[in-house]
Amino acid sequence: MYLEGGDTEARGQFRSGVRIGLPYAVASLLLAISFGVLAEPVMGPVAPIVMSALLFAGSAQFAATAVLAGGGGAAAAIVAGILLNLRYVPMGIALAPSLRGGPLRRAAIGQTMIDFSWAAASRGGGRFDPAFMMGATTPAYPCWVGGTALGVLAGDLIGDPAALGLDALFPAFFLCLLVEGELRPGVPALVAGLGSLIALVLIPFTPAGVPVIAASAAALVGLWRSD
Amino acid sequence: MGEVWLTIGVLAVATATIRASGPVLLGGRDLPAVVRGVIGLIAPALLAALVVVQTLSVPEGGAIDLDARILGVAAAGGALVLGASTLPVVALAAVVTALVRALA
Repeated sequence: MYLEGGDTEARGQFRSGVRIGLPYAVASLLLAISFGVLAEPVMGPVAPIVMSALLFAGSAQFAATAVLAGGGGAAAAIVAGILLNLRYVPMGIALAPSLRGGPLRRAAIGQTMIDFSWAAASRGGGRFDPAFMMGATTPAYPCWVGGTALGVLAGDLIGDPAALGLDALFPAFFLCLLVEGELRPGVPALVAGLGSLIALVLIPFTPAGVPVIAASAAALVGLWRSD
Repeated sequence: MGEVWLTIGVLAVATATIRASGPVLLGGRDLPAVVRGVIGLIAPALLAALVVVQTLSVPEGGAIDLDARILGVAAAGGALVLGASTLPVVALAAVVTALVRALA
């Protein structure tokens, strides 16, 4: 829908993105089932599915739900969710120069950003492939919403996600994308090291979400050095 | 229940706005070379931070959690260095984490 009719190259990139996105979609399905199971007692059966359909943002959904479950109230839940999603600001800034078309079209493409597809569509040196990103997001969306519904309706299909090591799936995916795509020798590797150090130091002292946003400041090394 | 729908509604609008912000404000124009230099380094910085946070932080934030995930992700890193591809690497992370938890 976002692709120009005659743009066969973009169509090919979209299809490549879908293929890359399939294994991530399976991991998303498993995580979404556990979200549905956790959220149903807090929100009832309908709200978790609506939340997954409208937000499509795992960490923010888990965080906001945990606050509500703990009796923290809407304001605290909203702040927790926004903090975890604020990383989409630097992610969108990185994506922006690769986008063509008017502001509405660019805003629509921005809605298809998830961590995995954004990172998988990075081509180094600040270039992104938007068609590839949209393709990589496409299988994950129905899995995220459908998995939430499965968790709400069918209950605990997968048992304890931690016992199955499922919480290691996502950092492992991101590690693959980092090592295979972004960790080019020189300045990018230096910035990755600095970013991870900033995040590590801030984890004990800041709310969830802040370490990752703050780590994007490591990119400011580019003011002095680039290659 | 009002709190739930208020949370979902505000977060839905906020998330869509946040996701649109960079593409709308900075897209479709040529940026100075120094800005492009910084922008090109956001991906390695953010991705490295995501790996660290999702491996070492408790889910609710605010504390380091030294648990089996570290060994799972470390095993994944080892397999990557040895040239393994994404799917076996990711599966290995989950299997090692699950095994360590089962034995602990």
